[in-house]
Amino acid sequence: MKHLLSINDLSKVEAISILDTAQELARVSDGPMKKLPTLRGRTIVNLFAEDSTRTRISFEAAAKRLSADVINFSAKGSSISKGESLKDTAQTLQAMGADAVIIRHGASGAAHRLADSNWMSGSVINAGDGTHEHPSQALLDAFTIRKHLSKSGNDLAGLRVAIVGDVLHSRVARSNVLLLSKLGAQVILVAPPTLLPVGVESWPCEISYDLDAVISSVDAVMMLRIQVERMTELFFPNAREYSRYFGLNNDRIKALKPDAIVMHPGPMNRGLEITADAADGARSVIVEQVANGVSIRMAILYLLLAGSQEIGATI
Amino acid sequence: MSLVLPAPDISRALTRISHEILERNAGSSAITLLGIPTRGAHLAKRIAEIISKIENVPVQFGTLDITLHRDDLRMRPPRALMPTTIPSLGVEDRNVILVDDVLFSGRTIRAALDALGEIGRPKSVQLAILVDRGHRELPIRADYVGKNIPTSVSQSVIVHLTELDGADEVLIEGGGE
Repeated sequence: MKHLLSINDLSKVEAISILDTAQELARVSDGPMKKLPTLRGRTIVNLFAEDSTRTRISFEAAAKRLSADVINFSAKGSSISKGESLKDTAQTLQAMGADAVIIRHGASGAAHRLADSNWMSGSVINAGDGTHEHPSQALLDAFTIRKHLSKSGNDLAGLRVAIVGDVLHSRVARSNVLLLSKLGAQVILVAPPTLLPVGVESWPCEISYDLDAVISSVDAVMMLRIQVERMTELFFPNAREYSRYFGLNNDRIKALKPDAIVMHPGPMNRGLEITADAADGARSVIVEQVANGVSIRMAILYLLLAGSQEIGATI
Repeated sequence: MSLVLPAPDISRALTRISHEILERNAGSSAITLLGIPTRGAHLAKRIAEIISKIENVPVQFGTLDITLHRDDLRMRPPRALMPTTIPSLGVEDRNVILVDDVLFSGRTIRAALDALGEIGRPKSVQLAILVDRGHRELPIRADYVGKNIPTSVSQSVIVHLTELDGADEVLIEGGGE
């Protein structure tokens, strides 16, 4: 495996090996010495053409814990804002000797373009491309669910996960549907019809328009952010109506199974898709998701960069 | 392929090593055995069992994965990580005894010393090994050796343990003997 572009490129065995590796690496984050020499001398570029807090900092922390050198690069304050093309940017990074580029971009397929071109020779890691995919987020979500709920300790067989909200604009939802179903979970998308993408019937999941009908049957409920910045038309009448039908509030928390967990990939719109009580309550693993994100990203960087790729490496 | 250490010899060697560890550390109260996965971990467990039988007290033992500290990571495909389990008393101020199956170049043990340094600062670190086959590339030696087996570099030493392979035996393969 040279790149991580899409969950579709991963087999079930590869996905589980990433989760297992992250589990071992989590020990480092918990220990007194949060540093390993494993990627010493490797250069990793964070190329963020879209805003991000969690993902960028998480990849940066992961790379630094493995002793890689990290160069942060965001659209604001770089030549991207002067209109430099992705190709020229990539060639610049290649000339500076980047071993891996972690890319977030507003255009779906940007990471694939970078990986399939011969603009640069390093690994490409997709940290979110448009409304397409966000594989490292799905992996950390699967890791979090597995840690709390897995019956086998290995995959997610027998678990039901609801993904609620703005599926249409969500790369997190797409990656999660692919990965969680690959790992044996049953996924249910819950959203108003206006916030479901065309072709969603062909995804490996169920679809519901009624959160109250679903809430008591799931082991994990993952709330999605209403992506105001991508909304160019009116998708629901108003925020209050959306909250009433699709928001996670105290009544819906009470309807959950006793050991069910509440997740959100962040950033949250408190009061819109999730109330403050639900976000900060005992069921919430939202902060833990962030901590797990560092372990998962360490695992991804370790598996992509630590070994040699020349002799046909696979994970 | 020739058999160099049959099951009874392995068992006797582990018993002797257990006694040597006790003698050298004046009992078992300050020792922590850490096996290097995979076979070193099983050997550490066996030595811990023998010592606790002799002394009639439980012995601290665990495993220490060294993968992230290897110096040959770049030369091979990525390796899966193995579990590290540190026993309840930790390593701080303990006499840590690293346990592995074969001592060859010494690079694994160098990596283990680095991995151990990350967990804490032991009082001392000692090394117990089932087979020392020579050809050291680093200034490292074992404190407790099951058997010295002179080999040529082209040979391989294969350790089989009941827990993993169904039988206890040490074999030497290749090298055109």
